[in-house]
Amino acid sequence: MSMKVNEVLDAKGLACPMPIVKTKKAITNLEAGQVIEVQATDKGSTADIKAWAESTGNHYLGTKEEGEVLKHYLRKASEEETKGETQHEEVLDLEELRNKVEGKEAISILDVREPAEYAFGHIPGAVNIPLGELEDRFKELNMEQGINVICRTGNRSDLAAQKLVQKGFKNVKNVVPGMSSWEGPTEEN
Amino acid sequence: MTTPITTEALAKKVVNQEKIRILDVRNTDEFDDWKIEGENVEIINEPYFNLLDGIEPVTGKLTKDQEVIVVCAKGGSSQMVAELLEEEGGFSKVLNLEGGMKAWSEHLEPVKIADLKQGGSLYQFVRLGKGCLSYMVESDGEAAIIDISRMIEKYEAFAKDKGVQIKHLIDTHLHADHISGGRALAEKTGGTYHLPPKDATEVTYDYTALEEGNDITVGNTKVKVQPIYSPGHTIGSTSLIIDDHYLLTGDILFVKSIGRPDLAGKAEDWVGDLRHSLYKRYKELSEDLIVLPAHYSFAEELSEGGSVSARLGDLYQRNEGLQVDSEEVFKKMVTENLPPQPNAYQEIRETNMGKITPEDEKQREMETGPNRCAVHG
Repeated sequence: MSMKVNEVLDAKGLACPMPIVKTKKAITNLEAGQVIEVQATDKGSTADIKAWAESTGNHYLGTKEEGEVLKHYLRKASEEETKGETQHEEVLDLEELRNKVEGKEAISILDVREPAEYAFGHIPGAVNIPLGELEDRFKELNMEQGINVICRTGNRSDLAAQKLVQKGFKNVKNVVPGMSSWEGPTEEN
Repeated sequence: MTTPITTEALAKKVVNQEKIRILDVRNTDEFDDWKIEGENVEIINEPYFNLLDGIEPVTGKLTKDQEVIVVCAKGGSSQMVAELLEEEGGFSKVLNLEGGMKAWSEHLEPVKIADLKQGGSLYQFVRLGKGCLSYMVESDGEAAIIDISRMIEKYEAFAKDKGVQIKHLIDTHLHADHISGGRALAEKTGGTYHLPPKDATEVTYDYTALEEGNDITVGNTKVKVQPIYSPGHTIGSTSLIIDDHYLLTGDILFVKSIGRPDLAGKAEDWVGDLRHSLYKRYKELSEDLIVLPAHYSFAEELSEGGSVSARLGDLYQRNEGLQVDSEEVFKKMVTENLPPQPNAYQEIRETNMGKITPEDEKQREMETGPNRCAVHG
């Protein structure tokens, strides 16, 4: 499976510590919120990348194994996510959303995280358009039926909700806080 | 260029109980799971990736003019950190453990336990990195190896050095924490591989039954190896009395703990057997037998010189697993709140049954981590 990412780092054939040394270097060139795919063959790299991401505040999304190659996905920490203040007033909490999802209510969910984040776990039926592409792709969505916007912690979805309202969308709700606290059903792809 | 230290050299320091300072630069989960231990080992952990921007996180914890051994998983990251300590920190005695914990896990330290009554001797091979113990009995040009590890070349070299021929490979039970080298070495040397039949119901190869009543002799009937059926860790677990004086308990009884009954998924079924073996069968044996287990869990179990052993009578006084009068309490102790199971124990069992044959590298990986075969009271 190929996943849309901002940067691919080839660390195949390199032994510890090189995969991390190279990842560290590569991630400094990324913008906050961007996603990097690190390809490595060193088995120990999974645990180390994860621990390194935790200690540096970057966001470890997950690892896919393709034959001998481990593909690690990381998202560079972004300041916007620690801001904590949201603007869009119409919010839906996770419990309400979960009741709707589990109650098989026909609702539309827009997940505005990066494709790699979405791929490692999203609410079944959620549509993925990353925040950065929303301006170009909002026409893929139905403006009239109401829409619940979700991201990881509620900030990107806040920006997305505001944008959708500007575009004339009706009944737009920001789901708070977001996937980081979601305990309902998820699927991967 | 940093100075390397071999696992052999480090092992000597550990068994001689020298003061050792170690900086382990693996990630903290791995460190917490498994690390180098010893009576006088001082060890700190700081993952290598926290030191990429500078060695400040460790400078306050180490002294520049004292020897420090840097350790990681395979030796690459520790080399980098060792260089940083020298170049940036001005440390003067930095050693890098060659091959890292992977090599440490494979190191075997042979320790002589005793001279036998009618000639010959008994050696214990201490696998410091994993807490596994295996044994070699040699007499009159012949040898038997018990609970041999995967690194068969080391025993072969040792036997060659002593001028003895390996005749018997014995496993006290089907192991779940490490891959047995018994079958492989039997094939290579033309020796006989002995395994308890009750542990061998699913094996895919031929073996000789290790059963009570079928004594094995090493070196022209001089050394008697007497099997004693003692189920509980596995249904086939069999102890051995060597030279009427040494009791090899396998994974039934350790120096500070007792075996766990759950690694084949049958804790409830085997609790009664375990209790019977420990509280009845062993009780009927001489208190003066010297217990030689297949594992140890704590560095303090190593005596000076590196061996692990205890008098059976003494264990009835001080091993907590032997002090439980109530069967109910005993049952709870060995079935509830057990430590995590050994890494990849299912795959290790299948490998030992001959059902799967993973590549060497995979076998190494399966064996990483501590043995975890014991229940601590």
